[in-house]
Formats: sequence, structure tokens, C-alpha cells
Amino acid sequence: MLGEAVTAEKPPLRARRLSWGFGSWLLPAYTIIALVFLLIPIAYTFVFSFNNSVKSNIVWRGFTLDKWANVCDKAEVCEAFGNSLVIGVVATVCATILGTMIAIALVRYRFRFRSAISLLLFLPMATPEVVLGAGLAAEFLTAGVEKGLVTIIIAHTMFCVSFVVVTVKARVSTLDPALEEAGRDLYGSPSQVFWRITFPLLLPGIIAAALLSFALSFDDFIITNFNAGTTSTFPKYIYISAARGIPAEANVIASAVFLLAIILVLISQVSSAMRRKRLAKIG
Amino acid sequence: MAFSAFATGTAQEQAPRRKSRIALFLLLPGILYLVLFFLVPLVSLVLTSFQEPIVNGDIGEYQTAFRWENYTDVIGLYGEHILRSFLYAILATIFALLFSYPLAYFIGVKARRWPLIQNLMLVLVIAPFFISFLLRTLAWKSLLSDESVVITGLKALSLMAPDAHFTGTPAAVVFGLTYNFIPFMTLPLYATLERLDTRLLEAGGDLYSRPFTTFRTVTIPLSMSGIVSGVLLTFIPAAGDYINASRDFLGGTGTAMMGNVIESNFLVTLNYPAAASLSIILMAVILVMVTVYVKRSGTEDLL
Repeated sequence: MLGEAVTAEKPPLRARRLSWGFGSWLLPAYTIIALVFLLIPIAYTFVFSFNNSVKSNIVWRGFTLDKWANVCDKAEVCEAFGNSLVIGVVATVCATILGTMIAIALVRYRFRFRSAISLLLFLPMATPEVVLGAGLAAEFLTAGVEKGLVTIIIAHTMFCVSFVVVTVKARVSTLDPALEEAGRDLYGSPSQVFWRITFPLLLPGIIAAALLSFALSFDDFIITNFNAGTTSTFPKYIYISAARGIPAEANVIASAVFLLAIILVLISQVSSAMRRKRLAKIG
Repeated sequence: MAFSAFATGTAQEQAPRRKSRIALFLLLPGILYLVLFFLVPLVSLVLTSFQEPIVNGDIGEYQTAFRWENYTDVIGLYGEHILRSFLYAILATIFALLFSYPLAYFIGVKARRWPLIQNLMLVLVIAPFFISFLLRTLAWKSLLSDESVVITGLKALSLMAPDAHFTGTPAAVVFGLTYNFIPFMTLPLYATLERLDTRLLEAGGDLYSRPFTTFRTVTIPLSMSGIVSGVLLTFIPAAGDYINASRDFLGGTGTAMMGNVIESNFLVTLNYPAAASLSIILMAVILVMVTVYVKRSGTEDLL
């Protein structure tokens, strides 16, 4: 998502500065303040992961690395985190496969009921999460399905599919059909053409879609809450313990996930910047 | 952004009529899945919303019926919550737009000269996504609690009444909603502003238009699709949210929104018909508001 936006072609830079005062120092200053504001709660969560807290983690009681070293001393936190990982991975795999297939079909094939299918894909993104969650829960209730890990995975796969379709579809439409045609002209079988040409070209889009799905699933609380039964996930654990205070171990896990995600994003940014430089040299 | 993605008509140009069996094979699993776990649930929600309690039945036992009164009942009982939800969501959307526009403008237009800085600033905008939504909200709760530096400071400067609170008030809920959905507003705005042709702004200046006139008549209309996407991506989740308004987070006794009521009816008091009819009302109002808004802003091709 980010990559697509960043690599888009830019109109030429203007030579002259805008003459209005808004542009000179006010806007950069505002931007810095705004970005700092966005990061305040993250910094808070990170700092309090080092708090030598006893029960609740509200008052600062001194620096310690204990919570980082022994995260799983708080067994429920680790169990909830483990459940979230399992749900995230399984839902991501399911949603990515289903969504990628739809995305390819939407761009490459003509079929009837096209607008109905587009609407069906768009609606889950335009529906508030409470409605999605309550609807599924009502269905499970009517069908007599017991809620647990499986129902959470079903729910997460459902709301991730549309986001996968959007992300992969953007990639499929940039693909030059001539490349696949060339493959067929060279007597490649349909499956060879797909796995050797189409799939590798789609891979960046598929990876972006999978990461987005995982992030959506991992952080989802509202839909999960309606369909989890007694099963705990990381956000659900936080919601339940909010009343009596969140243990610092939860801050440790959230901070670790945050650092990992930021590192992944930065690596992808740097590598795409390097690729652009290489391409510029060749060009 | 997301809303325009399905509308592009690339298929017509790219696809000669090829084996529709392959298309069917590609579409069927995903579409079936969505029918089964998105469409059928919506239908079952509608059916549930008309159910009536079983005579002499247990709590949480209902039977199929056509009880319209469920709707009038919940509107009578929770009219205040319904209005509050949309009021808070509209306020949060306006604040998020005012906050995000200059930010997205700087990143998308002014920072073009430095691509690396531009990308790093974008990473900072989406950084909140990488840490739990609930923990972020709880962080604000501590940072703005009565004992916090900010609030005691404001009170010391007499900018706040000594016995006033921030957490637990409607202002805190709107603040939380605004904060949590800012990235949803900033990203689509950035995506359109990044493609803004600055030569058009220069042309405005050359034609002796005042900067503000150029901004109003050139920049804003050209970024309209980003504004519409951002407003929808912020307003819809904000109207259905129940974390910020919850008493354990930023809300208080008088701040419960529709989401809170739906949750407590469904999961606590097991009043499924009430929860279902509230959900249908929420969804219907959102669909109407979104359609009117999209028509008004003249970007119908978005949907």
C-alpha cells in the first residue's frame, strides 16, 4: 500500500516557493508537532514496559529489564499473545489465497454479475465492525456453533478478504499481459506461465496484502469480542484487564511487536530506495 | 483510496473473453466465503431484529417473529445513544480532517524534494497502527488522568477548573476517536496530494489569485477524492466504535455510544433482538449518510 503510493510518478517540482506565509516555517513546525503528537502514546507504552510495577502499571516505580526478560511469567498474557499469532497466521493465509484469486479474476476475466461482486467485496469494508461482529455472532448462535478459536479465524478471514483484493488488484492491473502472452508463445503450459511469470510478478502485492491482513487480524478487538467465547486474544486480554490495570508484560509484547513491524517497514523502504537508485543508474 | 479500487474498468481493455470456467474457479471460493460469512450474517441479523421472546422461556431465548416494535423500542430506549454516536463521529471526523490536511499537504507536496524524509514521515504517520489500539487509548487515559502532568498543569494555570476532569467526559471520547482514526484520514489525503500538480498552484498565483483563493479553488477541489475517502474511512469506524467511549477507557457514565449498547445487549443481557435492531439502524444510517455525502461532494464514481 505504502510502496505503491510512494513509487507513483510525481509531477515536476516547482521552482518558485509559494508566496503565502503558511508555507515557510509554520507548516514544517506544525508537521513536527503533529508527528510527535501521534507518537506520544507509543512512547508511553514503550517506557512503561520498563516499569518495575507490582500490580497495575500506572505509577512509575523505577527502571527494570525484568519484564522483558520474563514476559511469560504472566502466563495469561503469553497465552493470549500465542492465540493472536495463530489466529493471525491462519486467517492471513486463508484471506490471502481467497483474495488473490478474486483479484486475478476481477482484472483478467469478464463475467456476469461483475458489479454485484464488486459491491459484495466493498460492503465489508464499509460496514462498522460492531455490525460485522454481531451479525456473525447471530449466525453462529442460530446455527448452534460453539464460539472459540475457529470462529475467530472465520471472522478474521472474512474481513481481511476485501483488503487483500484491493491490494493485490492494484498490482495485477499494473502487470503487462504481453509478458504472459510471450510465455504462451514460447509454448509454456498455463501452469508454467502462472507460476514462472504471473506469480513472481504479483508477489510484492501478495506480500503487502498478507502483511496488511496480519496487522488487521492481530489488532482486531471488536469483531473478536463478539465471536471469541471464552478464548482469549491479545487485544481481548487488554480489554478485560483494563478495569484492574494492565500488567507491564503486555506493554513488553506490544512494544516488541511494534519494533519488529517498524524494522520490517524500514528495511522494505531502504531496499526499495536502493532498487530505485540501481534502476536510475541503468536508465 | 480503497473505495475507488473496485471501480476502475481495466478488465474491459485487458480481458478478451477467455474461458469463463477459470474465472468461476478463481471467484467461487472467495465469493462463497463472503456470502456465507458476510451476507448470511447480515440476513440473520435482520431476522434476529424481528424476533420476540419465547413465552415462559429463559433469558436469551427468542423465536422467529415479525416484531416491528423492537425497532421503536430501541429508538425510544437508546435514542440518546444513537444521536450521540453520530455527533461524536462527525466531530471526530472534522477534527481529524483539520489535523490531517496540513500534515498530508506538507508530506505530499512540500516534502517532495526529499523522498527519504517523505517516506520516513509516512512511516511515522502509520506507526500507531503497529501498536495495539487498546493500549494506545489506555496510554492517553493515563496521560490525561486527573493526576497527570498535563491536567495538573492546566489546572495550575487556571485554564481548567480545579475540580474538573478530562477522562470520562464527551470531550475525552471525541479526542480518543480523533486520535485513533487520524492515520485513516491522513493516508488517503496524502495519496491524492502527492499527485497534485503544483504548476496549477503557480498558475493560480500568476493569475493574481490570493493564496487562500488558490487553496480554496484549486487545491481543495483537486484533493476532493482524498477528502471523501478519508472522511468515510474515519467516520464509519468512529460511529461504530465502543472502545473510546467505554468506561474503562476514555468514556464515563454519560458517554455510551451505539457500539457500547449493542455490545452490552448482545454479550451481557443476551437481548439479541435489541442488539440486532440497533446494528441494523447503525448500518442503515451510515449507508444513507455515506450515499448523500458522496453525491453532495460530486465524487459519485467513488462507489
